[in-house]
Amino acid sequence: MMHTDTAPPGTEPVFHLEEEHHPEGSTLLGFWLYLMSDCLIFAVLFATYGVLGRNYAAGPSPKDLFDLPLVALNTAMLLFSSITYGFAMLAMDKGRQAATQGWLAVTGLFGLAFLGIELYEFSHLIHEGAGPQRSAFLSAFFTLVGTHGLHVTCGLIWLVVLMVQVGQRGLIPENQRRLMCLSMFWHFLDVIWIGVFTFVYLMGVLQ
Amino acid sequence: MFSNLDLQKFVFGRFTLADIPYHEPILLVTFAGVALGGLAVVGAITYYRFWGSLWRDWVTSVDHKKIGIMYVILALVMLLRGFADALLMRSQQAIAFGSNEGYLPPHHYDQIFTAHGVIMIFFVAMPFVTGLMNYVVPLQIGARDVSFPFLNNFSFWMTTAGAIIIMISLFVGEFSRATWLGYPPLSGADMSPGVGVDYWIWGLQVAGIGTLLSGVNLIATIVKMRAPGMTMMKLPVFVWTSLCTNVLIVAAFPILTAVLALLTLDRYVGTHFFTNDLGGNPMMYFNLIWIWGHPEVYILILPAFGIFSEVTSTYCGKRLFGYASMVYATVVITILSYLVWLHHFFTMGSGANVNSFFGITTMIISIPTGAKIFNWLFTMYRGRIRFELPMLWTVGFMVTFVIGGMTGVLLAVPPADFVLHNSLFLIAHFHNVIIGGVLFGMFAGVAYWFPKAFGFKLDPFWGKMSFWFWLVGFYFAFMPLYVLGLMGVTRRAQHFDDPSLQIWFVIAAFGAVLILCGILSFIVQLVVSVRNREALRDVTGDPWGGRTLEWSTSSPPPDYNFAFTPVIHDLDAWHDMKNRGYARPLTGYRPIHMPKNTGTGAILGALSVVFAFGMIWYIWWMAALAFVAMFVVTVVHTFNYNRDYHIPADAVVRIENQRTAALAGRV
Repeated sequence: MMHTDTAPPGTEPVFHLEEEHHPEGSTLLGFWLYLMSDCLIFAVLFATYGVLGRNYAAGPSPKDLFDLPLVALNTAMLLFSSITYGFAMLAMDKGRQAATQGWLAVTGLFGLAFLGIELYEFSHLIHEGAGPQRSAFLSAFFTLVGTHGLHVTCGLIWLVVLMVQVGQRGLIPENQRRLMCLSMFWHFLDVIWIGVFTFVYLMGVLQ
Repeated sequence: MFSNLDLQKFVFGRFTLADIPYHEPILLVTFAGVALGGLAVVGAITYYRFWGSLWRDWVTSVDHKKIGIMYVILALVMLLRGFADALLMRSQQAIAFGSNEGYLPPHHYDQIFTAHGVIMIFFVAMPFVTGLMNYVVPLQIGARDVSFPFLNNFSFWMTTAGAIIIMISLFVGEFSRATWLGYPPLSGADMSPGVGVDYWIWGLQVAGIGTLLSGVNLIATIVKMRAPGMTMMKLPVFVWTSLCTNVLIVAAFPILTAVLALLTLDRYVGTHFFTNDLGGNPMMYFNLIWIWGHPEVYILILPAFGIFSEVTSTYCGKRLFGYASMVYATVVITILSYLVWLHHFFTMGSGANVNSFFGITTMIISIPTGAKIFNWLFTMYRGRIRFELPMLWTVGFMVTFVIGGMTGVLLAVPPADFVLHNSLFLIAHFHNVIIGGVLFGMFAGVAYWFPKAFGFKLDPFWGKMSFWFWLVGFYFAFMPLYVLGLMGVTRRAQHFDDPSLQIWFVIAAFGAVLILCGILSFIVQLVVSVRNREALRDVTGDPWGGRTLEWSTSSPPPDYNFAFTPVIHDLDAWHDMKNRGYARPLTGYRPIHMPKNTGTGAILGALSVVFAFGMIWYIWWMAALAFVAMFVVTVVHTFNYNRDYHIPADAVVRIENQRTAALAGRV
């Protein structure tokens, strides 16, 4: 039973390959694994927000602070950027370099708009005296949302670097693989943001 | 005057000359020793003109074998530091009774027990485990290297950078006094305003990045790089345990990263996650750190289980008993390790139901672990056992670990834990499983695979000396702590009032001296083995009659590991190949595709030390510069597309012909 795939009697079993063996690439799997580890960082931040999110310390609560229309606009920016990244990947699949670059640029602009609105919201809150030092709720809020924003910033830098590299070398397999990784990263940030929008903003204002 | 002070603050942050502990004679002597030792090493490297080779062949190497060896060297160096701390503690506790205050004041003693725990777990056990996995896993699955060779090099240097940051604290400033897990509010800015906790935070953060990435790397390697025919249920057990360990690393270390980041924000920015005021909750920290911390102990022990499995089946000349049950037990332990974290703080007061749940899950873990012990015993049963050194460590482990496991089940009972919590009973328990399990496993692994890595066996006499000193020393050092713990003596005390306890501490200190003899014997073993290497030489590549693929290639293996990718038909692939008369191919070599070396990993590691130093001492310009430099180096690295090369076929022919000649010379 243990030797089911042994060669039939009379022939020698094959114990090595004559040809050079090329295992399939593991970059996408590796990047998935990294993303899942990153997801756990967010899980910790969400859990922390879940535990500390109502500890206002006699300070402002979500209802007093959150401006839902602004956050909705911000959410739209990020969702649009995901769609345009999808278009960039479609263009890459067809080998159209200029279109890929164009959609990447549009994605970057949406991302920048998202960051700008988030920074405006943060500075507004801090000006109102609702900074991260005010209460455990605000510490958890700024850290969760800020960590997401930090990820978007890294994604934007990465996007610019990749645009330069695509410009230099074209859509070679290495660059396609890199664009694929950034694609996963970017959509991952979208998913996280949907969690933030629901769990922090919507449920915060509903309370 | 005032502006002068400002300038000094800008340039040096909170560092002043008073932070150099030149008034502490112990540290002064240590520093002199380290400086002399360092000078000797630098001098030797210069004298033997080794700098170029060191940089080209080691520091920048992306070869998993060299990186594995460097990890183990790091672990052994740090073992000396961590053990020196242990000796200081044991001698202090043996004398500090009644009017005798001993020689370590509390603030120094607290740094020592913190450093001992941090170093032994993060910078001895972790690099040891990672090093052996790095060395062995690709060889056992018939691969040329890991999935991401550069990442591997980078991970190693980040781990080393973390170790360096911790070591700097010995001579510049102070180390944390807030225990190895840094519980707040003690570790918060109010209670620990100094640099100690910051050294601890940044050392762990930097090393943690390395650990996480090496976890990602090894999972991808095991999933994607297996030789043809090696299905999951034909993986060597060590590869299985490595896979589970790395899954645990990827699923646990981000939690450590996140919780340390939150503590950092509390300390640097003034947030209120774990403070006592404005809504903070220190118990949140306890939960989060142990959700990482409990899987961490399985991260350490699972590879050791894998090593014991390989060793037992090799030296008993039998296939491992119950391979499938071994695999399932490993997977079950992996999952259960996430469901027990709260047993570290039953006394938190979460109520009887919560405590019962975590008490029961904890006891359940002893079932798969017990199954493993029986599998090893049944493998030995009617085997032709050869009591070589790795087998001795394995038998020593089985006896010792069972005792540690049973005291663990005692601690899993919440009412008993209310009595034993934070007592020396706990200290005895976890040293029992970490020394008796992890460390014995690592020594077994070193003795087992050393001939693979260097082409000659380790000297058996000094190895056996080391084993017996360690084994007996362990019992002398820790059995008294069980007794003391049952009497209610708490951990982390620098001084005792009750003179009737002293005899137990003296016995424990004697045990520590025996362990010191064990460590010295190990060093002697290395020296003697290198000097007698010609007598201990093994040219077959298979000195023990091994069963798995790493023994099918030469010792040390060539850069490319295998001239031809092996094809696997059975569990214990190499045993199967030998059994069925496999003849090594002598012709038909082809060029082999390999990754190129790069210095980026070492440079990034060095920059993270500078960055961390700047952050620790509030030297913001230094931190900012180092951060920007890291960023630039990383981006520049991505512009290098020329990362691989081919070993030409005639070079492969030359290397393989040497092996053919060596094999023929022996026969």
